[in-house]
Amino acid sequence: MIFGLPVLSVAIWLPIIFGVLVLATGDDRNAPLARIIALVGGVLGFLVTIPLYTGFDKVTSAMQFVEMKDWIIRYNIHYHLGVDGISVLFIILNSFFTPLVVIAGWQVIEKRVAQYMAAFLIMSGIVNGVFAALDAVLFYVFWEAMLIPMFIIVGVWGGANRVYAAVKFFLYTLLGSLLMLVALLYLYNQSGGSFEILDFHQMPIPMTAQILVFLAFFMAFAVKVPMFPVHTWLPDAHVEAPTGGSVILAAIMLKVGAYGFLRFSMPIAPDASHSLAGMMIALSLIAVVYIGLVALTQSDMKKLVAYSSISHMGFVTLGFFIFNAYGMEGALVQMISHGFVSGALFLCIGVLYDRMHSRKISDYGGVANKMPVFAAFFMLFAMANSGLPGTSGFVGEFVVILAAVKANFWYGFLAATTLIFGAAYTLWMYKRVIFGAVANHHVAELTDLNGREKLMFIILAITVLGMGLYPLPFTEIMHASVNDLLVHVARSKL
Amino acid sequence: MSMQSTYLMVPAAPLIGAIAAGLFGKVLGRVWSHRITILMVAVAFGLSVSIFNDVMAGHTFNGSVYTWMTTGDTRFEVGFLIDRLTVMMMLVVTFVSLMVHIYTIGYMQEDPGYQRFFSYISLFTFSMLMLVMSNNFMQLFFGWEAVGLVSYLLIGFWFTRPTAIYANLKAFLVNRVGDFGFLLGIGLVLMVFGTLDYASVFAAAGQHAADMAPIPGISANLITAICILLFIGAMGKSAQFPLHVWLPDSMEGPTPISALIHAATMVTAGIFMVARMSPLYEMSEAALSFVMVIGAITALFMGFLGIVQHDIKRVVAYSTLSQLGYMTVALGASAYSVAVFHLMTHAFFKALLFLAAGSVIIGMHHDQDMRNMGGLKKYMPITWITSLIGSLALIGTPFFSGFYSKDSIIEAVGLSHLPVAGVVHVAVLIGVFVTAFYSFRMYFLVFHGEERFGKAHDDHHAHDAHGHDDHAAHADAHDAHDGDHDDEEVSHDHHHGLAPGQKPHESPWVVTLPLVLLAIPSVAIGFIAIEPMLFGHYFTDAIFISEHHEALHEMHEEFHGAVAMGLHAFTSLPFWLALAGVLTSWFFYMKRPDIPEAIKQRFSCIHNMLEEKYFFDRFNDWFFASGARGASRFLWRFGDVRLIDGLVVNGSAWLVGRVSGVVRHVQSGYIYHYAFAMITGVFVLLTIRNWFE
Repeated sequence: MIFGLPVLSVAIWLPIIFGVLVLATGDDRNAPLARIIALVGGVLGFLVTIPLYTGFDKVTSAMQFVEMKDWIIRYNIHYHLGVDGISVLFIILNSFFTPLVVIAGWQVIEKRVAQYMAAFLIMSGIVNGVFAALDAVLFYVFWEAMLIPMFIIVGVWGGANRVYAAVKFFLYTLLGSLLMLVALLYLYNQSGGSFEILDFHQMPIPMTAQILVFLAFFMAFAVKVPMFPVHTWLPDAHVEAPTGGSVILAAIMLKVGAYGFLRFSMPIAPDASHSLAGMMIALSLIAVVYIGLVALTQSDMKKLVAYSSISHMGFVTLGFFIFNAYGMEGALVQMISHGFVSGALFLCIGVLYDRMHSRKISDYGGVANKMPVFAAFFMLFAMANSGLPGTSGFVGEFVVILAAVKANFWYGFLAATTLIFGAAYTLWMYKRVIFGAVANHHVAELTDLNGREKLMFIILAITVLGMGLYPLPFTEIMHASVNDLLVHVARSKL
Repeated sequence: MSMQSTYLMVPAAPLIGAIAAGLFGKVLGRVWSHRITILMVAVAFGLSVSIFNDVMAGHTFNGSVYTWMTTGDTRFEVGFLIDRLTVMMMLVVTFVSLMVHIYTIGYMQEDPGYQRFFSYISLFTFSMLMLVMSNNFMQLFFGWEAVGLVSYLLIGFWFTRPTAIYANLKAFLVNRVGDFGFLLGIGLVLMVFGTLDYASVFAAAGQHAADMAPIPGISANLITAICILLFIGAMGKSAQFPLHVWLPDSMEGPTPISALIHAATMVTAGIFMVARMSPLYEMSEAALSFVMVIGAITALFMGFLGIVQHDIKRVVAYSTLSQLGYMTVALGASAYSVAVFHLMTHAFFKALLFLAAGSVIIGMHHDQDMRNMGGLKKYMPITWITSLIGSLALIGTPFFSGFYSKDSIIEAVGLSHLPVAGVVHVAVLIGVFVTAFYSFRMYFLVFHGEERFGKAHDDHHAHDAHGHDDHAAHADAHDAHDGDHDDEEVSHDHHHGLAPGQKPHESPWVVTLPLVLLAIPSVAIGFIAIEPMLFGHYFTDAIFISEHHEALHEMHEEFHGAVAMGLHAFTSLPFWLALAGVLTSWFFYMKRPDIPEAIKQRFSCIHNMLEEKYFFDRFNDWFFASGARGASRFLWRFGDVRLIDGLVVNGSAWLVGRVSGVVRHVQSGYIYHYAFAMITGVFVLLTIRNWFE
């Protein structure tokens, strides 16, 4: 409880209310005010999620901070919120990033400032709703609502080709979501009139139906993750999105898809999950190897990091469908770490883009001569992206690779190629952008980080290093829920 | 202070130095940055000495510092294992590091990245200490990759040079190939033993001696598979064939780090690792044979390459490769303590040789081409004497440190019962001649003979003389091909040699002092340490040798003290081979310089093969680097852009567009069209209904 209000509701609605307040400041004459309100909202939004960690009971796998209110009584739909060890960290991660993107857009966004800031705040609340919802309809509402601010962010503040990217993003994800809606309605009927996700978990379902339900969810979640071969919206969306949009897209939105597998696909259709695990592992490994290779020759920095994201998310789905504790916890850690690292990398590219208005690697060279502080931060995040021990990027990859070797040596073999590919594409890009002699007069005119940029990089550097050196606080909170999920998934529901 | 906090302070001290110089270098300034980092490394060295005394008194330690994370039923710990092997490595690392820190004051004094450099070498010292002090595989991997990172940062220290940033990327990626195997090996260990703790793994290893490796499709012994996978990691880090290609290029880094990282410490991490894993390797003769063959190939064939180099640092680099091969051979012969002994002596004399080469480079105003040197002994007496000592130690002159370690390796191979040992023995014997030949070729070319420096040379030659010869061109071509922007003009000031008429001069005391301090152990450490380390009980607790592998035991029976061993050497083959090598190089390069020239002409194809380093770089660039880029471009253009996006995604959009393009004609907007359609529909429905009734 915060000031007598339930924590989860505050985490969801506080940013949304601040978003509306920011909108109320009107046009760009009041932009300074809009920025300040947005920052206050973002910081408060993060602070209110801290009790979720400090007050979390690590021993139980039951839902905590539960809120239950009637919503649409006719259809037995509730405003039902709660978190377990799997979802709680993502609410905190999401709220952590909101003030960062507000800071990232501080001076850079000059047009429609209020709307821009509001979109991110509202987005933040909605995403918290996705992670906290325990009622399928409530979940679905948040899930679809999430598309709107992101669609607007890409479509309004994006680059030259933003309309194509925004529409592609919207249609791609909507298509998947509609199949999920069908699956949810089927489950509602089967359960005899309940939209409780936890009821779905307990309900026996015949195999054919399980397969269909699994595939319907798969369409929704695989697009969001994104898994090969439904990943092609992501590079386009990233390239066109403004920096803040890319950060949220990579750090938060991709996690929603992966979360869906844990909350819906696996516990609702465990038998189908097992019988389709081969396909899931194959697609994950293709993501790691194929996408890792594809990233190598990208000439656009954002596209490169976007492909790198897909490759890293391959570790997440790989870890899930190996069905052991290493894999699952490794995958969850990888999700959090990927949030920090990819978010940081997109901020790095944003810093360069703000100065040079180019994302093309070939327009750069020798940036370290002019921006040594930036080069140091970028090096840290590039190394984290290559999975260097001591950074957060190592933890998840390491544990998932160990889990994969445990499941089948060759899974581990293919997954471990990321050691080479990940380093190759990241450091080759770094070399061409940062190292070398000053490439042209644009680079010669670059100025190093200002205080605002330093602040956000310092925050991220501390998290990336902290999580790499001491990941225990992140994993101990998830043990009970992960173990419970594994036990649940191991039981047949036929 | 309790012993445990002492252990913690050893790696922590250089880390504090690294952070201070790295984050606050600007505030501290140059002098305070080097004072703090040097002080911190000195503290680490001092504490290592006190830990050494403590360990010698029988106090070993194995325990955890904190729990890194838990998952499943495994606790991943960060912890220390302090035994005699560890403490010896700690001494070597901190001592050489201290010398290099001091030396750096002189070598880097004009460099704008002064504080950054000190920060990196202190960070390296921290990482290396974490590696050797680890008590589990996870932390070993941490140190393993962390030293790789610092090596990457330091090879590319002069990041405006195209060759340097080509070399550091190459080094990192080649090492990652090794780490790929290493990580899979760790994965197998965890899978089979359920823990990554050394002691628990070694204790349980015996029960798995006959197990098959759980690798579908491959039938191999479990322990063999683990050992070979782990050794692939060692092949990367310790630059063993065929993953050796990064080490010569790593000479792009400043000379102090060539001494510290690429000669004395980091590259020996693989040797240390195998020695640490002796309980596992002892269980697999297949793995030991593999190790021995790889080592022999490296020892012999990399030595040959040293003969044709003109760059003073590259000669020493190839010599390092070859000596690492010797250590690896010793590992294969189950003579782990001999390998570690050679690791230690080599750390001293090779660091000495590198730092002396660096001193020569300072004297020559950053000209590294030996063809421009000659007769330096007159101008740089301390460098000359110390270089001579280092070279004598390297070639195995009796009573010098290198003699005791290298001779023991050769002897151990001769006594090994592995089927490959016979061939390997011949290879390491030939290697002795080759080592002596290239070492003294360098010595004579640099310090004796005609003074070739200070002659006017045109610009092209000056660039060439910088010593990257063919490689610079190669890397440039490579970069241009990638659309890079590495300009030809290199802003750095390290590209000049001596002006006409200018004479070289001896280096300042911060440079020569470390040379002298390293020369002492280069002479004496072998004589002092051979008895306890090889035949005494120094390593009994740390290294395990199976009773089937008795080479070392048999050597012990023939060993009658260090003096006798030195005297006996004069009647043994290696000594005469080394002497022959020295004399041949003297004859070739001092008496008759026309002979090597003639040989070069006569056997130009062999010479060309050596100049091209057996074509490894070309092959790797063509096959792996270009190949991966080609595959990437193909997969992206064909897979993502054409197939998924072009055909499926935009294809469905196109299809929807076409279909609706046709269908929209129905929506004409005329009421009578719609009315007509409705009436037709009603008729059709009625007809169907009647039909079914």
